[in-house]
Amino acid sequence: MSRRSIVPFGPQHPVLPEPIHLDLVLEDERVVEAIPSIGFVHRGLEKLVEKREYTEYVYVAERICGICSFQHGSGYCQAVEAIMNVEIPPRAEFLRTIWAELSRMHSHLLWLGLLADAFGFESLFMQCWRLRERVLDIFEMTTGGRVIFSVCKVGGVRRDISSDDMKRIITVLDTIVADLKDFERVFFDNNTVKSRLCGVGVLSKEKILELGAVGPVARGSGIKLDMRKLGYAAYDKIPQVEPIIETAGDCYARCLVRLRELYQSVEIIKAAASTMPEGEISVKVTGNPNGEFFSRVEQPRGEASYYVRGNGTKFLERFRVRTPTFANLGALLATLPGCDLADVPMLVLTIDPCISCTER
Amino acid sequence: MSFIKKSPWIIHYDGTSCNGCDIETLACLTPLYDVERLGVVNTGNPKHADILLVTGSVNEQSAPVLWQIYNQMANPKVVVAIGICALSGGVFKECYNVKGGVDTVLPVDVYVPGCAARPEAIIDGVAKACEILQQKLDHEREKKRTRKAVKNNG
Ligand code: SF4
Repeated sequence: MSRRSIVPFGPQHPVLPEPIHLDLVLEDERVVEAIPSIGFVHRGLEKLVEKREYTEYVYVAERICGICSFQHGSGYCQAVEAIMNVEIPPRAEFLRTIWAELSRMHSHLLWLGLLADAFGFESLFMQCWRLRERVLDIFEMTTGGRVIFSVCKVGGVRRDISSDDMKRIITVLDTIVADLKDFERVFFDNNTVKSRLCGVGVLSKEKILELGAVGPVARGSGIKLDMRKLGYAAYDKIPQVEPIIETAGDCYARCLVRLRELYQSVEIIKAAASTMPEGEISVKVTGNPNGEFFSRVEQPRGEASYYVRGNGTKFLERFRVRTPTFANLGALLATLPGCDLADVPMLVLTIDPCISCTER
Repeated sequence: MSFIKKSPWIIHYDGTSCNGCDIETLACLTPLYDVERLGVVNTGNPKHADILLVTGSVNEQSAPVLWQIYNQMANPKVVVAIGICALSGGVFKECYNVKGGVDTVLPVDVYVPGCAARPEAIIDGVAKACEILQQKLDHEREKKRTRKAVKNNG
């Protein structure tokens, strides 16, 4: 007869870089239920919008999460610009696209490393993070910061990338692609990796639609969902933006989606660099926002939407973020019952959880 | 760093950080910075750890967790606060759910500023923490010795 026991997982756990707590109800080795409890990272920064001027709040918005920091900043700026009817210069749009794609690369490399660590492949983890450092070097060269760079502002961007720097970036990206080709074989056709990932945590297309999952989780189950197709920033001028999909819906498919998106990001950056127009990088913004807007951006983890409401003063009235991890938590909780205890870290990681976004 | 007689084992806990300092702390362990070559090991078990790295400020929910981790660590132990959030609350200082820096809950020995703190700064902070750890060890040995001497004489 099987016995029930409860294993607490988190908030401090070696595979979790961030605190989330799950009570796993086990029947022998099998998980029958997972009860999450959250709130370890809640700061309440949406409320801070009442105390900071709307131009200053960009810094806070960037610190919603340190991994997709740039996209948080640009999503917020987009919303404010739309309320105030500010047209940002085309060059700024391209620069935003380039930094956003670089952020996606850094985030996906980080995630691939953490996944490798979760199934106990330490050296692969180190290799992924070694590659990631090169992307961070590009950030440092172009913006001055490694993870948080505050380069986005209402009305454009703060820094330009010179054509020399752009050439250097492309060479670095080429070396990244070469190295990635080398170790992608480990992910694609290594039996050990496959046995840990294939057929684990399968989510069907219908289930995804029912749960409303977004980003690579949805794309791994064959749903063409990519906010970049909305054409914000300069994505409408770049033909390479086609959602990458896999149909299997398991951990392996989600891993493949992210791996292939790395190559796609390189393509997008190259295309943006070659078509980027010359000109100004920001416009002067006067007045205060009055009105409301929903802006949507595609983050490495999926769709994030920002709601901004202004009342004609320099302090906004309401700011609300809906982050991709929040949408994907439902999918995570749906995959946990019935899995083995040993697969839990993998399943938690495969939605690429970002708790500090979710709890803000 | 010849004064260090033992390899410091560290444990990391994320108070309410935005992840920025977290990933920089992790980056210290990976090939570019690779602190493991200096004998620094990241452990998940508080009972094995000498140094507690805390990123981010604390809130009502994370304070007891932090306190529990600290209490489970064996003496002597050193606490390093990483990032401006952990120092004072930083950008989130005025948020309703932020208590303030880590030193509102735990005794902090080393403060590493920066938003996000750079890996070089974090490594420097850990090196300082090693120094303090050694002092604490010496101090404790000294105390034991005096206690013994008093006992033998009395
Ligand atoms: S100090 Fe800055 S980077 Fe570090 S956790 Fe705080 S906001 Fe994030």
